[in-house]
Amino acid sequence: MAGNPEKAIDPIHQFHINDIISLNIAGIDFSFTNAALFMVVTVAVAALFLLLSTNRRGLVPSRMQLLAEMSYEFVASTLRGAAGNDGMRFFPLVFSLFMFVFVANLLGLVPYFYTVTSQIIVTFALAMLVIGTVTVYGFFKHGFGFLKLFVPSGVPAGVIPLVSAIEVISFLSRPVSLSVRLFANMLAGHITLKVFAGFVVMLTASASALGIGAAIMPLALTVALTALEFLVAFLQAYVFTVLTCMYLADALHPSH
Amino acid sequence: MSNTHGEQLSTGTVAHGGGAEANFPPFDGATFPSQLLWLAITFGFFYFLMAKVVLPRIGGILEDRRDRIAGDMAEASRLKQETDAAIASYEQALADARRHAGKLASDARDKAKSESEVARNKAEEELTAKLSMAEERIEKIKRESMDQVGEIAADTTGELVKALIGGRTPAKAVVSKAVDAALK
Repeated sequence: MAGNPEKAIDPIHQFHINDIISLNIAGIDFSFTNAALFMVVTVAVAALFLLLSTNRRGLVPSRMQLLAEMSYEFVASTLRGAAGNDGMRFFPLVFSLFMFVFVANLLGLVPYFYTVTSQIIVTFALAMLVIGTVTVYGFFKHGFGFLKLFVPSGVPAGVIPLVSAIEVISFLSRPVSLSVRLFANMLAGHITLKVFAGFVVMLTASASALGIGAAIMPLALTVALTALEFLVAFLQAYVFTVLTCMYLADALHPSH
Repeated sequence: MSNTHGEQLSTGTVAHGGGAEANFPPFDGATFPSQLLWLAITFGFFYFLMAKVVLPRIGGILEDRRDRIAGDMAEASRLKQETDAAIASYEQALADARRHAGKLASDARDKAKSESEVARNKAEEELTAKLSMAEERIEKIKRESMDQVGEIAADTTGELVKALIGGRTPAKAVVSKAVDAALK
């Protein structure tokens, strides 16, 4: 498959999902695919890193343990800053989301690896997990008081219907914006990388001195874009985490 | 994998360049159930592992370190207090010793002074006593000699009177009285 020149330059090909183990339950396709494989790889890499680096429980941390502690304190301070100390009850969820998205984004940058977060269904499921947690916990904790979220205090009674409508729409659009932001960033980044890398392949395939010389430009751009994609991989994981924390803060303190 | 999806893929391998848009993988609903299932399994396992093992472990490590640092700081401040106390008691002992030494020196000085004073006073008294005794003796001798002078004068006067006027010696009492009056 890799030898096929058509596929080598097709920027969409990298997102194709192929069965590894076919599995069909009640007429629905639940096959173990390459996407599922890289979900497993993501979880395995993240979990093994966190488990092995903290294995010694060193009072003076090793470099790897320091990285694990830094990720812990980074997420903890983000959550505490957005949702206060009450928010720490959601810490395992927020930390898991951050690590999963971050490691999935990073692994996607390895050549031939599948990018789990480039699938809208995956990011949407994670976003719905967040919004579902916010909604369920909000109603569980505050009952109908949670609806105060849609009625900002200090707004004149006349415009409350309008403001509330806007608040409801903004609340409903949260899972969409949360999931599309991550998905689109990953998708666009990988397509761009593939397109410019494809130019290198096409120009060198022309086998003329001019073509090979001109291939240096897209090659340089590919290198630069790869560096940018590492930044995006972290940034999108961070943005996802920060927004998650802010939405969770709404569940804890619905009256603004 | 559903049949329709399998067909799309098998035809897609042939006519990929043209028909890719019709089969954009992220919007291919046929793959959703599989992805959701495996996401739920993997992420659920990951969440469980984080919540039950990893996060308590890292939190424990951080807490141990915080406790250890706080304990070390408390120990350090306790030791510093002990050092300060030791320094203060040393200063106190030094000051006491100084004061004691000063007291001893001044006591010795006072004692020596008072002893010499006593000796001097005693010597003075003795001298004064001797002086007054000498004065008394002088006075006594003077008085006695004065008395003798009066007697001698009276005797002399009596002899003179006898020699001058002859006859008998005048009565001694009369002569003495006259001599005393003359001496005064």
